[in-house]
Order: sequence, then structure tokens, then C-alpha cells
Amino acid sequence: MMTVIAARELRKEFTVRVRQGRLRRARRTVAAVDGVDLAIARGEMVGYIGPNGAGKSTTLKMLTGVLTPSGGEVSVCGLSPVRQRTRLARRIGVVFGQRTQLWWDLPLRDSYDLLRHIYRVPAAEHAARLRRCRSLLDLDEFLDIPVRQLSLGQRMRGELTAALLHGPEVLFLDEPTIGLDVVSKQAVRGFLAELGAGGDVTLMLTTHDLADIEKLCRRLLVIDHGRVVHDGTIEALHARYGSRRRVVVELEEPLAAPPEVPGATLVTAGPLRLEYDLTGATAGELLARLAGLAFRDLSIVEPDIEDVVARLYTGAPVTDAP
Amino acid sequence: MAEPGALRAYWAMLRGQARSQTAYRLSFGIDLVSNVGATALDVFTVFVLFGVTRVLGGLDLREALVVTGLTACAFATADMLVGNIERISLYVRTGRFDAVLVRPLRALPQLVLLDLPLHKLSRAAFGTAVYAVALAAAGIAWTPGRALLAVVAPAAAVVFFGAVFVVTASVAFWWTESGEFGNAFTYGGRDFTSYPISVYSGWFRNAFAYALGFAFVSYYPALALLGKADPIGLPGWVGWLAPAVALPAAAVAALIWRQGLRHYTSTGS
Repeated sequence: MMTVIAARELRKEFTVRVRQGRLRRARRTVAAVDGVDLAIARGEMVGYIGPNGAGKSTTLKMLTGVLTPSGGEVSVCGLSPVRQRTRLARRIGVVFGQRTQLWWDLPLRDSYDLLRHIYRVPAAEHAARLRRCRSLLDLDEFLDIPVRQLSLGQRMRGELTAALLHGPEVLFLDEPTIGLDVVSKQAVRGFLAELGAGGDVTLMLTTHDLADIEKLCRRLLVIDHGRVVHDGTIEALHARYGSRRRVVVELEEPLAAPPEVPGATLVTAGPLRLEYDLTGATAGELLARLAGLAFRDLSIVEPDIEDVVARLYTGAPVTDAP
Repeated sequence: MAEPGALRAYWAMLRGQARSQTAYRLSFGIDLVSNVGATALDVFTVFVLFGVTRVLGGLDLREALVVTGLTACAFATADMLVGNIERISLYVRTGRFDAVLVRPLRALPQLVLLDLPLHKLSRAAFGTAVYAVALAAAGIAWTPGRALLAVVAPAAAVVFFGAVFVVTASVAFWWTESGEFGNAFTYGGRDFTSYPISVYSGWFRNAFAYALGFAFVSYYPALALLGKADPIGLPGWVGWLAPAVALPAAAVAALIWRQGLRHYTSTGS
């Protein structure tokens, strides 16, 4: 296993001036990133999430050479990001969701041509990569339209292509699906999944849309107040914070006493609606116990990662973890 | 930077910028024409001044126009080439500067080329024309040395004004809302150098002319071209100092820019 992104005790402090009274200002040091360790192997797809101000973008900026760390060590592709910024730039792709890498007044095609010169990509390689992106992201219909006239979804597909034409080993995506409609989100996710399936490109993405993570990333890093509070799979996150699958039963007629089921907790007991959280039993076992009832409908709700993360973010106590 | 690959990249960016700007043909055309206005007005002001006086700072109209023309030519060219670096504060504020930093090229040439205002070409051409006409009209006793100086002086002045633009723009790395502060030195410097410096006096003249060096790129080279003595009393060879002032200024500008960049990467904005 080759580590592509490595950080040890990574820190970034900012000095903020706080107003105190009319003229006096006090300086205060705030740690935006407060001792982050990272070891991301080649081909991994990692979701990096956290509330606003948790330190996600700051971390990404330190990994891409935009910001100098205040402390700790960092290397990407074996390079020191700030010191070897231009060398590293050739080997990584960066998409900042709200900032464009494209030339606003030029057709999309022209931006790609310029980027080929900027990254010094051999024409044949460039053409091959562009061809692939064109078919996977349906670029053809707007390749000759100036970027300023593209829809957000089209532009984001254009940005992704722009970040990939030099064949980066690592792709950093900061909020790649922000503001996109459902169809565009699916197009972007589908494309990234396809990219990740190759196993060559390492992908690190920040997002507020947890569906991105569920669809794309086996590994999840949750950061809060500048520290990593979870590093593992989504399943591990659920297990750790006690999220359960829920079985929702809609009944034909009211029930006097809802049945008790071992290994399942009754969380809602309305006259026509029962909701069980599975705490040990399988959905099948639960259904077997409910077999005598007259169902109108029945559904199984997968645990919602949003809930877990919301609890993480708000710092609410996480209860009854198994 | 001397790497041929990088030069090709910059050249491609320049062509991209040209295509971007000519995408709006009419607006580009209007910009081309209207940009001459400001410089034309500067020159016109000199004529107005000589409507009230026959001699200004020891120079008559035709001689003073050499000073004004030299400044107009050099400032307009420097403004076109690097003047838009002052937009760095916008880039820093909007975060677009980060997108510049993740590309495999140096930040300064990228910024200059990303925004190169080609419509200012007309102003540079007009300034150069004024300079050429002034040289022809001033009755200069041409020698090979003076012919060389007539070319070297504006070139040095372009470098000097460019350095001033870079220094004042670098301030944005520490102080994001720095626009007007910078203008005092860039456009202020242009206005200062448009007239014979002997019309100024006191600490103001000393500061702008000698401490900051503005006198050495326009007024003194013009005196040397005209073969006139300095009413302030500096020797004739001072007229040849323009490159010796411009190159260190460029070096200082590069140093300050680097410090600014380092400050940016350590603070974020």
C-alpha cells in the first residue's frame, strides 16, 4: 500500500482581531486545524466532512500548497505542498466548487486547450482524456459555448474535466456538488465513481451532501473543531453512534397493544403505525413476529447518516451505542 | 521562468486573453478609443499650462512635452503590461487567488496574463506617439548616445512604473482594502513625472523625486536628451541613471511580492 497523502500533527493557526471597545482590538489565535493525522493510500476515495468552520477547506488548502501549515508535517505524492507547489500542481487536480478554473469568456473547448499548454500535456494524451470525459459527462452539447453562459451543472462537469486533463494522481474536490440539481449531481457522482473504480486516482472530497459520501466513499473522515473525530467506514460510524435500521409498519386497522419483539425497540406506536428500531433482531425475524397483523404497507428505513453527523456536529450526547 | 515550456504556457495564456477580450467586439472597440482619452487629457493639460506661462521649471512647451511624452509612453505601457496586478485585492477577497496557486506556474505572471487589458494598447500607442512627436519637435542635437538614451529611458521607466505597480499591489496581501493607497504612488507618480520636477519643492519633491526615484526615469533623462542643465544642480550624467534606478526597483518589487505571497500562504487572506 502506497501512502499518497500523509499528514502528521497538521496544524493551522490564524490570528483574528477581536474588537474590544471602540478602538481597542485584541489579537487571538484560533486553531482552524488542530493536530490532524492523515494516511490516505493510492486509489482510496475519502470523504472529508464536518460543519462549517471545522477546518475542511483549510486542510485541503494545506494539502494543495495554498497555505503553509503552522505546525506538523505534510506530504502529497511525496512532495512538500508549499515548497514544491508548482511540481505538485502538475500531479494533482483541484476543484473548488465555487471558484472556476475556466476562462469565463471563452468556449469551454478553449479553456481545455489553454490548460493543455499550462500543464504541458502531450496533445495525444490530452485528446484521449478529453474524449473520455466528453462521453462520460456529456460535454459535447456545450463544448463550444462560452463558460459564462453555462448552467451550474454544465460548468461543474466542465470543471471536473479541467481538473483531470493532465492525468492527476490525486483529485481534491471541495464541495463538487454544491448547488447542483439532482440530475447533475447524479452525473457528477456517477463520473467520480467510474473514476475511482480504476483504482489509480486517489480522491478526497469535502461535501455537505452526505449522499455524495454514501455513493462514493468507503472511508469517511469527520472533522470538528480542527480535529478528526471519526476515521472509518460509514458502517463503523453508524455502529459507533448507535444508528439502527428502522422498520415502519402501516396497519389496516387499529391495534390495541403493539407486539413486543425481542431485539427490536418500539419507537412509535400510533393507532395505525408502528416503528421499530432493530437493536439485534433482523428485519426478517421482526416480520415473522408481526406475521399475524394486517399490513397496509411496510418499509425498512436505512439509518440516516445525516442524523449521525448532525448529532456529531451539535455535540449532542450520543446514547446507547452497542 | 526562463524554462521554454513555461514561456509557451504564458504565450498560450496571452492568446487566450486576446480571444477573451475580442469576444465582445464592440465593447473592445469602445475601450480602445476611450482609453486614449485619459492620456490625451494629460497632454492637453500641459498645453493649457503653457497658455498662461512661456516657461515651466526652466523648460519651454516643446521641451516640457519631452518630459510629458516620456512619462505618457512609459506609464501607459507599464499600466497595460502589469497595471492590472492591482486586481490582486479582488482575487484575494474572492478566493480566486487560490485557483491561481494550484496551477503549475508562478503566481505573478499568471495574474498579469489573466487580466492583461489589451484595450489599453491604444493608450500606450498614443503615449509613444506623443513622445516621438515631442522628440522630433524639441530640436534635439542628436548624437548616438542621445539616440540610445531616447530608447533606454522609456524602457527603464516602464520597468520602474511596473515595479511601482507590483509593490503597491503587494500591499493587498497584508491589507486587503488597499486600492486608494496604491493609487497615490502609481497614478500619483505618473502625474508627478509628467512635469519638470523643478516646479515642485520641499520635502514633497525630495520624497517623490529622489527617495522614491521618480525623477530619474523621466525628468533627468529628458534633460540629458535636451542637453539642458538641471536648475536644481545635479550633474548631467544623472540623466543616464534610469536603468540603475529601475533595475533595483524591480528587484525590490520582486522581493516584496514574494514576502506578500509568503504572508498570504501563511494567513489565508
